[in-house]
Amino acid sequence: MSDMSYVRSEMLPERAPPASSVGVIGWMRANLFSSVLNSILSIVSLVLVVWLLSAFLSWALSPTWSGTSVNNCRELSGGGHVACWGVIRERWVQLLFGFYPPEEYWRPMLAFALLFVAVTPVLFSMISRRMNWVMLCVVLGVTALYLGGLAGSIAGLALLALGAAIAYKALSTDKDARAAEIAEGAKRLPNPLIFTAIFPFLTPWLLWGGSLWLPIAAALGFVLAFYAYRYLAAVLGSLSGLILSVIVALVWWLFMAVPFGNAIGGIIPLDLVQVASRDFGGFMLSLTIGVVAIGCSLPIGIVLALGRQSDLFIVKTLCVGFIEFIRGVPLITLLFVASTLLNIFLPPGTNFDIILRVLIMVTLFASAYMAEVIRGGLAALPRGQYEAADALGLDYWKAQRLIIMPQALKISIPGIVSTFIGVFKDTTLVSIIGLLDPLGLSNSIRADANWIGLIWELYGFIALLFFVFCFSMSRYSMYLERRLRTDHR
Amino acid sequence: MKKTVFLGALTVAGLAAGASAAATLDDVKARGKLNCGVATGVPGFAAPDANGRWEGFDVAVCRAVAAAVLGDSDAVEFVPTTGKTRFTALASGEVDMLARNTTWTLSRDVDLKFTFVGVNYYDGQGFLVNKDLGVSSAKELDGATVCIQTGTTTELNLADFFRTNNMSYEPVPIETQAEALQQFNAGACDSYTTDASGLAAARSTFEDPSSAIIMPEIISKEPLGPLVRHGDNEWGDVVRWTLNALVTAEEFGVTSTNVAELSAAAGDNPEINRLLGTEGSLGEMLGLDADWARRAIASVGNYGEVFATNIGEDTPIGLARGLNAQWRDGGLIYSPPFR
Repeated sequence: MSDMSYVRSEMLPERAPPASSVGVIGWMRANLFSSVLNSILSIVSLVLVVWLLSAFLSWALSPTWSGTSVNNCRELSGGGHVACWGVIRERWVQLLFGFYPPEEYWRPMLAFALLFVAVTPVLFSMISRRMNWVMLCVVLGVTALYLGGLAGSIAGLALLALGAAIAYKALSTDKDARAAEIAEGAKRLPNPLIFTAIFPFLTPWLLWGGSLWLPIAAALGFVLAFYAYRYLAAVLGSLSGLILSVIVALVWWLFMAVPFGNAIGGIIPLDLVQVASRDFGGFMLSLTIGVVAIGCSLPIGIVLALGRQSDLFIVKTLCVGFIEFIRGVPLITLLFVASTLLNIFLPPGTNFDIILRVLIMVTLFASAYMAEVIRGGLAALPRGQYEAADALGLDYWKAQRLIIMPQALKISIPGIVSTFIGVFKDTTLVSIIGLLDPLGLSNSIRADANWIGLIWELYGFIALLFFVFCFSMSRYSMYLERRLRTDHR
Repeated sequence: MKKTVFLGALTVAGLAAGASAAATLDDVKARGKLNCGVATGVPGFAAPDANGRWEGFDVAVCRAVAAAVLGDSDAVEFVPTTGKTRFTALASGEVDMLARNTTWTLSRDVDLKFTFVGVNYYDGQGFLVNKDLGVSSAKELDGATVCIQTGTTTELNLADFFRTNNMSYEPVPIETQAEALQQFNAGACDSYTTDASGLAAARSTFEDPSSAIIMPEIISKEPLGPLVRHGDNEWGDVVRWTLNALVTAEEFGVTSTNVAELSAAAGDNPEINRLLGTEGSLGEMLGLDADWARRAIASVGNYGEVFATNIGEDTPIGLARGLNAQWRDGGLIYSPPFR
């Protein structure tokens, strides 16, 4: 018996996988037709999707963009159940800006562009501070050019040139070279967060108009309070310093800010045409309410969440009472209080701006929910983190700022963003109290004799606008979670 | 002591409220703008056009008052109100007057403390029925499914009508008119009931308007008119007589085209002369100038013109004058004399 054993001495060459398990066919076999039941379900779903799409497309793809009325649309499309897009062509500007005077449209648009400039340094870390100033220069330069006139053109060109110069410098020196320059004593550009701080005072002026000195006077209140705190805290201790500086700011705002603004405005007038709150409408109104509520509810929510966990009895009771009361009441009730009940309580003739009332109510509502979301984050932190902060000898505020809040907020990101999205969509409720947000306007547009009975076109357009914003927010929160992921999963 | 102080404070507050309520005309003049509550959108009655300018039958009343008081029919701040916010807006002084197809009822007049200054449109509740159903009278609707807007007087009228005629029906509750039309066109209900003016406007938008018919029965009275707060009769008079001026102008053939000519000098019709201020001092009695009615008529036209341009038979709404014809033509539109 001879030795027939066989040992392979070299590797077989790799062969291509069978055609049925790669490429499109492979993917389909793996994902759509892996078993009989899955194959049936896949086919049924495909048929359903095709059927829905064909029904939708045959409705949506209609040559009615130039239609001037429902009946005109029918003539253009030759009848049948098709969309009448003429209403969007005629009214999309109104759906965006409401009754805002058309010659002033640049103001909300500028405010919107500046919003992105202002939030970029807060939201994104990958944009260098120089590029942020470039953005600001470009936005302001384009606006100045658009406004025209000799001064506008010169200022616009100068700003664009400045932006280009910064951009050229930023692109021509890489990170290390720049670091070396700074080490040698080159001056850094100011922090773009400075503009973020200016933005909340600039925007009301842009949107509502009037004198620029009033928002400046309001901002001065904060500056005064800051310096009062710095000075008084050193002399009297931090708590009395804090209380006194708040009083200083309040006295300034209540009694001195307006005369101060008017006095300087009388000498150097910097006025924009005033636009009444009544003229706000459409998507601009939703964005105004949404951005203010989102921007204010996060800090207020953090304070409320901390207050709820506080050991100080009165603070805790106030916070719990506020949160539970607001959460126990539907938003629409708060809006009715803002629009009707306040009217009855206030003396006749008081002109308490309706949009301001709505802003306050929506912000309070969002804050209460935000507080609970953040409390969830605080509760999720292991006790050891608090104890570690104590062990390091940090005081309460330092512990919160350096250890607790960064972790608690990171845990809460999904909840925070879904509260934001919810608040933004809730702004459409203001149509019930007669403010013409996109939904309210769609009702008014439908009352135009030309467009009676149009529903899906208007709702579809509004849904698209909201989707763009809500989807962006949701994608951003996913980005933020990835960026802040420090644990090892 | 405490009690007296409290009572004193109450009195002061009451006086202040009374004073501010009593001088709406002065407030409007000082402000230079009339705050007028309108609907957020009712076809033909109030709706903003593509440029944001409000148009409509109710809107014209606001514009006429603004023209009479302020001399400019565009000096109006239109405050869109919903069915829920309209009365508080008026009661709280947010608006000076309400022209928002509001039915004049006893409880609104007495209990809510408003003054209806007149009626600018006599409406009534009707039925829209699909032609295929083959009925020619609302009394044949026994057992029908009826689309009905919830929380309105129409809902109560419907129940009354079917009960008095000993018939049964199945309500399909809906929230808005747009929803109602969708349901009606989809065949979810045999009949849709609301104010007849709304039915006509709705039918005009159907792909085939002749596929639905409006029943001849009108089952309720819905006198729609502008209203002001109780307690300021001078202001109520101004609004009332501005509306009457439009009606009288139609009766005597004063239109927006010939009003300039007629008011240039006193003519041979004393009523026209008094209306247009070329004779007598009616404007002065109202606290306005002699030209007030001329401005109102010149800006929006007389009642007939307002009707024709906004809801008349040549518009998509296509309403006939019917009850809203002048009293001479068999309608109910009737103005007390200008004397």
